Amino acid sequence: MGNFNLKVDKFINIFIEQNGYVKVVEGLKNTLLIAVIGLIIGIVIGTLIATVRVIPKYKVLPRILNGFCSFYVGLFRGTPMVVQLLVFYYVMLPIIGVKMTGVNVSILVFGLNSGAYISEIMRSGILSVDHGQMEAGRAVGLSFGTTMMKIVIPQAVKNILPTLGNEFIALIKETSVVSFVGAADLYVAFNYIGSNSYEFMVPYLVMAIIYIVIVLLISGGIKIMERSLRKSDRRH
Amino acid sequence: MIDVINLKKKFGDTEVLKGIDVTINKGDIVVVIGPSGSGKSTFLRCLNCMEDPTGGQIIFNGVDIADMRVDINVHRRHMGMVFQHFNLFNNKTVLQNIMLAPVYLRCQDLRKAKKKNFFLKISNVFRKKDARKEPVPINTTPAKIKEEAKAEALELLRKIGLEDKANVYPSTLSGGQKQRVAIVRSLAMKPDVILFDEPTSALDPEMVGEVLDLMKALAKEGMTMIIVTHEMGFAKEVATNVLFIDDGQILESAPPAEFFANPKNPRLKEFLSKVLV
Repeated sequence: MGNFNLKVDKFINIFIEQNGYVKVVEGLKNTLLIAVIGLIIGIVIGTLIATVRVIPKYKVLPRILNGFCSFYVGLFRGTPMVVQLLVFYYVMLPIIGVKMTGVNVSILVFGLNSGAYISEIMRSGILSVDHGQMEAGRAVGLSFGTTMMKIVIPQAVKNILPTLGNEFIALIKETSVVSFVGAADLYVAFNYIGSNSYEFMVPYLVMAIIYIVIVLLISGGIKIMERSLRKSDRRH
Repeated sequence: MIDVINLKKKFGDTEVLKGIDVTINKGDIVVVIGPSGSGKSTFLRCLNCMEDPTGGQIIFNGVDIADMRVDINVHRRHMGMVFQHFNLFNNKTVLQNIMLAPVYLRCQDLRKAKKKNFFLKISNVFRKKDARKEPVPINTTPAKIKEEAKAEALELLRKIGLEDKANVYPSTLSGGQKQRVAIVRSLAMKPDVILFDEPTSALDPEMVGEVLDLMKALAKEGMTMIIVTHEMGFAKEVATNVLFIDDGQILESAPPAEFFANPKNPRLKEFLSKVLV
């Protein structure tokens, strides 16, 4: 194993003495930033789309909105994330003439993309809540939107939390493609260390471990959240 | 108070209500009975537009609420509804269940009044001195509204003997307790009329009594109620008027004494002979 020790030494040398850790911390920050803010944007968009899709459709406006939402979901689920990133960064931005950093573009695209997926998750959650809850809210004079926000969606979120956790984990892992648009994430950081030492084994191993640790932490957090949300189901 | 004129409801091609005319006055306790599938629940749900009627009018406090252009949410505040399956908000405690709608809607009214006053102030600048409009008086705050609603809710809970359950979630209550809380929740809006959609059908037999007792107490206080039920004894005792609905039409409407002792419609006679043992 002398060979492996040598590789570890090389890695530690670059990681500490040549400020490799700065890159790693930066990469970690970007990875988390993209995933977390992407998820928040996704939840907002997803909830809005899901709500639109369960509105009763007697009138024209809900129908138009529904058509638009179907189109949006189809578009973002029908193309790979990498393609969306590339199209957004190299096609859309030049056309509308706006300058954005790779990280910001990634956040936006991750939000839009996960919005499409979360909308379907949220819709299934809303449908899982007994219709009587909506009726009871409407019967006391609350509007559709208010009942949705105060009664139905909190219960829906409780039901979909495990799936939502899945989506978050998937997002974290998918951030490894943002280097396509020049955002420095974990992969870029370890790739930098690897190419500086001509030695990729240890850096990529450490990268994998970091990903696993993040995901395990998130799973734990979700479990705690679920327990606190489930308190209304518990019998004393 | 409620005038139903030629009310019709279709689900697809099936005509469930074929023209219902009935007048309900303040203080009336109308019990609606009929075989299952006769349209009695649909009739009740049409009254507060839970199902949108496909024809006819429902004049409630002088407004035709069957008209799709009417803001139904405003009128539903004055029309309580109690469901067969209670439908308490599962993510709220008992107290929150009762307080939610009154607090939210009163705060909303307050915000609207404030907004109106604000624009009035601006437009008053351009008016002559004697033409200026008075702002809407505002003598409450959100905190005060909440405080009042909480006091009212606790008072209502005390009335049904469940004040110790104020801070538990509905999943811990028995069926009878849930239904009583549901009734109190609709009372908290101080409605003019309460609609009951088979309030005791989903209850264990031993819990039916407590719910019926509460409804009787409400009847004594003069609350207007429209009740779809299979409890014939309750209908006999409490109702001021009993309706028999079958096949989407009102076949008989009479005070309970006459309704049960001397039914005229052959279909009702048959129904009663099966139900009353």
